[in-house]
Amino acid sequence: MSTATFRIWRGDAQGGEFRDYPVEVSEGMVVLDAVNQLQAKHAHDLACRWNCKAGKCGSCSAEVNGMPKLMCMTRLSAIPLDRPVIIEPMKAFPVVRDLATDVSWNYRVKKKIKPFKPRAPDAPDGTWRMAQADVDRVQEFRKCIECFLCQDVCHVLRDHHRHDDFIGPRFLVYTAALEMHPLDTEDRLPELKQAHGVGLCNITKCCTTVCPENITITDNAIIPLKERVVDEFYDPLGWLAKQARNALKR
Amino acid sequence: MPDYETIEHDVLVIGSGGAGLRAAIEASAAGVSVGMVCKCLLGKAHTVMAEGGIAAALANVDDRDNWQVHFADTMRGGQYVNNWRMAELHAKEAPERVRELEAWGAVFDRTPDGRILQRNFGGHKYPRLAHVGDRTGLELIRTLQDRGVHQGIDVHMEVCVIELLKEGGRVVGALGFDRERGKFRIFRAKAVVLATGGVGKAYKITSNSWDCTGDGHSLAYHAGAALIDMEYLQFHPTGMVWPPSVCGMLVTEGVRGEGGILTNKDGKRFMFGFIPDNYKAQTADNEEEGWRYTQGDKEARRPPELLTRDHVARCIVREIKEGRGSPHGGVFLDISWIQQRLAHAEEHIKRKLPSMYHQFKQLGDVDITREPMEVGPTTHYIMGGVKVDADTQMSSVPGLFAAGECAAGINGANRLGGNSLSDLLVFGQRAGEFAAKFAKENLAGSINSAQVEEATRRALEPFGRNVTASADFEGPYQVQFDLQEMMQNLVGIVRREDEMLRALDGLARLNARARRVGVTGHRDFNPGWHTALDLRSLLTVSEAITRAALERKESRGAQFRDDFPNKDATLGQQSVIIHKGADGSMQVNREPLPDLPAHLKQVIEEMK
Ligand SMILES: Cc1cc2nc3c(=O)[nH]c(=O)nc-3n(C[C@H](O)[C@H](O)[C@H](O)COP(=O)(O)OP(=O)(O)OC[C@H]3O[C@@H](n4cnc5c(N)ncnc54)[C@H](O)[C@@H]3O)c2cc1C
Ligand code: SF4
Ligand code: SF4
Ligand code: FES
Repeated sequence: MSTATFRIWRGDAQGGEFRDYPVEVSEGMVVLDAVNQLQAKHAHDLACRWNCKAGKCGSCSAEVNGMPKLMCMTRLSAIPLDRPVIIEPMKAFPVVRDLATDVSWNYRVKKKIKPFKPRAPDAPDGTWRMAQADVDRVQEFRKCIECFLCQDVCHVLRDHHRHDDFIGPRFLVYTAALEMHPLDTEDRLPELKQAHGVGLCNITKCCTTVCPENITITDNAIIPLKERVVDEFYDPLGWLAKQARNALKR
Repeated sequence: MPDYETIEHDVLVIGSGGAGLRAAIEASAAGVSVGMVCKCLLGKAHTVMAEGGIAAALANVDDRDNWQVHFADTMRGGQYVNNWRMAELHAKEAPERVRELEAWGAVFDRTPDGRILQRNFGGHKYPRLAHVGDRTGLELIRTLQDRGVHQGIDVHMEVCVIELLKEGGRVVGALGFDRERGKFRIFRAKAVVLATGGVGKAYKITSNSWDCTGDGHSLAYHAGAALIDMEYLQFHPTGMVWPPSVCGMLVTEGVRGEGGILTNKDGKRFMFGFIPDNYKAQTADNEEEGWRYTQGDKEARRPPELLTRDHVARCIVREIKEGRGSPHGGVFLDISWIQQRLAHAEEHIKRKLPSMYHQFKQLGDVDITREPMEVGPTTHYIMGGVKVDADTQMSSVPGLFAAGECAAGINGANRLGGNSLSDLLVFGQRAGEFAAKFAKENLAGSINSAQVEEATRRALEPFGRNVTASADFEGPYQVQFDLQEMMQNLVGIVRREDEMLRALDGLARLNARARRVGVTGHRDFNPGWHTALDLRSLLTVSEAITRAALERKESRGAQFRDDFPNKDATLGQQSVIIHKGADGSMQVNREPLPDLPAHLKQVIEEMK
């Protein structure tokens, strides 16, 4: 069994420092195993969130050697262990303690997005008919585990702190899932342009790169939303098309 | 009690998994104020891990399905010790609860004619599981979460409840602390719904998430409510066994539903040799028929890999014990073989089982489209829990309701896959409805400050014990590990009296150690402290499981006794009930099962 050094950020909103800890490495280990091992052996009070340890809940987000990652899905075999492994909390959100950050902003943002509003049922028994091909795209978006790694990496939030004007890639995906839901009748384009700031995204695609669910956030969600906004607000033909769409919805 | 913030709701729901969310939505729809606390973040509860699907007799794929068949399947799977009324309500109401999810925005996989698609699962006669690939739990939790948030439920995230507060015989609230700052909070409520999920963390090898520490079971028990069926703990036959880091992680039954086969080290498909008599008529007796079943042939019978979980898990244990296991102490589960039958097998597997493909590739270095997986049993689900009234979900303590995995009755001695998610919806809805009703009919009670003082004092004790300065004290993690190791070894899949008696001694020692656990640091987000507080629940449920398993001197469903390998007719008519005695010790009793009415008896006979 070999040993690796983990350099972990310890501290709170007031400040903190990196501390080095020795980790015994065994076959198949992930970063979260290392953190759990440290909690058991050296630092009972090392704060970090995790639930499923299976890449399904999106709780264990942190930065491993500067990359936003799920700690439970990051194998030690995939990172160089000949130098310290640096583990830090996500940077786009305020630190609570050690590796745990305050992600409550995300929950507040989500609540502001207009909820699903289905058309009247298709069948007398109150059910709908949708073809698989028509829901494939929405299902891709609904794979999101709300790990907020895309929010963490997006420079609009991370570097420019535009949390008040921009909902971030996660919630653009969420909006896209609602807008492209075959049954939905709500219109979310006006606020998407204004309060939700879709225009602030300049398509760097960093969010897509870090998504552990491999959602093609930029190409499949954000760009089509941007196009819809353009059609709606800047293009007379698009405006007409939209009137027709709405008439159909009604 | 000026020190503690007091928060008032008509109904307090503890837990934000499927059961808690569904209960909160229903109570809120009934017009009462609803608070929901959970010790994790919203949307991250264990339910998010569910993969295979939700069982409901929608009859979208096979129109021969209906509630009677689902009911009979559930009772057969549970070895007829289920609470029949719960099984009946569940089978009847599940379809409506699933359709409701679609109306709230869930996007299930579709049939060719555009309806909700259903898949085969162990013990279900027809394709019955509504699903979204292999991430059904995520779809369920996200749909309910979004619905609930817009309905005005107050969510208190990362608040852990440590005590139910009582006035006389009735529950009037709960005491918790927020994980972030370690501050205590009193929740005053007219009715409380427990939806805290399972107990998997009492075992070393488990598919369960961090929050499954049996808190609800333990809170209810210490508040005087009865627990029932605690001996029935489900070991899922297929968990990952290698590498050690992921040992126990679930491999969905969906793999077998899609045609995956179990083989031993000699390449033999061993399940064909072990088909129990009461399933012979419905099980394929050759590989060809089994394959046709998985591909949707309605005339074919299911392959033996899809027999009930308790049975498959025991067959796997036998192969391993008798030296026919795989290199890392499991058996082989192979889906890659279907390339012999299907043209685009690789794409097919990746589309049908995306998370499984991903999980093995990323964590196990195994490509399941090309090679077999190694699997073995993992602690998965507890059938036992808080004893509740079938219709209202109220426990034996007025004002205290329970739903989901922490409640008991519907599953009997063994749960069928898919029946938990439907249980969460059906009985979550009922618990919410009747908790709201109770809240409307009763005034708020008053909080007993002595109870609060005592509970907070106990919770803070670990800070007074300096682990580094004195050998009398120890940290919480080792106690937890030793408990998990002991339960795994002594009260596991195959049980014996002598081993379980040793487990009881071990539990007494672990209890003593738990009373000397100390933690370092302060109250802000301190996992060491949280682990110390979880010990009470883990020890309580472990003792309940052990005592109930000792009391049931027979083998039935998930309870397998090496020293009593057969069923016992008398015990087959009884449930084991546990409650806290006046002296504080655990009392074990037996109670007759409720009588099955004639019309349901007939349903079961007809489906045999
Ligand atoms: C990997 C896996 C796959 C599964 N797949 C399926 C499937 O396909 N189909 C199926 O039907 N079933 C499946 N199951 C079973 C099913 O997922 C669970 O039984 C079910 O999700 C339990 O839901 P619940 O609402 O009762 O509790 P949970 O989802 O476990 O939620 C418990 C909640 O209670 C909270 N809580 C606990 N203690 C406290 C406390 N002290 N204070 C405050 N809050 C507390 C937690 O934070 C959490 O929010 C699967 C299980 C696993 C492990
Ligand atoms: S593509 Fe847009 S949303 Fe994504 S990281 Fe770049 S700026 Fe942010
Ligand atoms: S879109 Fe991807 S990266 Fe962003 S929160 Fe969802 S799962 Fe995480
Ligand atoms: S712990 Fe759930 S995603 Fe890592």
